[in-house]
Amino acid sequence: MTETRKNSILEALKGRLVSAYEFREELTLIVKKEDVRGVLRTLKETFSYDMLTDLCGVDLREPPRFAVVYHLHSMKYGDRIRVKVRVEDGDEVETVSDMWGCADWLEREAYDMFGIRFKGHPDLRRILLTDDFVGYPLRKDFPTEGYDFDRPFEVRLEEEMA
Amino acid sequence: MGVEELERNIIVTSLERLVNWGRKYSIWPLTFGLACCALEFMVAGSASVDMARFGSEVARPSPRQADLMIVAGTLTKKMAPMVKRIYEQMAEPKWVIAFGACACTGGIFRTYNVVQGVDQIIPVDVYVPGCPPRPESFIAALIKIQEKIEKETVRERKLISIP
Repeated sequence: MTETRKNSILEALKGRLVSAYEFREELTLIVKKEDVRGVLRTLKETFSYDMLTDLCGVDLREPPRFAVVYHLHSMKYGDRIRVKVRVEDGDEVETVSDMWGCADWLEREAYDMFGIRFKGHPDLRRILLTDDFVGYPLRKDFPTEGYDFDRPFEVRLEEEMA
Repeated sequence: MGVEELERNIIVTSLERLVNWGRKYSIWPLTFGLACCALEFMVAGSASVDMARFGSEVARPSPRQADLMIVAGTLTKKMAPMVKRIYEQMAEPKWVIAFGACACTGGIFRTYNVVQGVDQIIPVDVYVPGCPPRPESFIAALIKIQEKIEKETVRERKLISIP
């Protein structure tokens, strides 16, 4: 990322950032939960970060407990930027699935693994685990074996579920 | 062709033995793999091991035509309904090999998302331990299945133990 591009990003988002830092010539922005959608929209529309490479959750074990991390990539300028937002357990983050189509499944994954809810998501349900799964496995307090590990596994076919 | 020649070509046997003999050398496996152990199953079909020697080279992509299900790999809880469905779609008589540590017991995956052994959802005839087992082990399991078929009755399939 060039120095001028970096400065213009910071200038455009002035007042909406909690903090920002640079590591290995890549910029990370930390924003408030209420601003995340607006900041991402500005990055997409003004600075042509047209690709959402990844969206993931993090359990940091300190309040506010979780973080949602957005990794953006600009096809035009060939650089990357990271946006982080901290959320408490039970909080809702606004969805970006209407801005980037891939965010649909990525948000479902974050919900599946951490229980972070996304407001306005069209179809927020588990994606990797079964619908009747109890708990959120990537939370730090989740036992690796899950709950009811010693109970025999009962398989249920699709028609038996309904 | 004289009558003498014909006499030498007649073998007297029971129907049961004849059917079992036929089944034994035509075990058609299902083309089906869940994880890395499936590669060992592919090697079992290759020239160096060659399971065609035992009449099992005809891997069938449809469960309707297959006799043998080789559960090769890690069975996740999400995948379990599909495996059970495929097993139920196979026509009787059918046999199952649990191939590899994961299929036998869950292996190293003592976790929330892995079924701890396929015998929790479908009946298993032969277990092959190893991570992954060598293709020779697969051939050994195939021969065990053949030994089992030899002892089966046509009218009803009952529990058979092989030494």
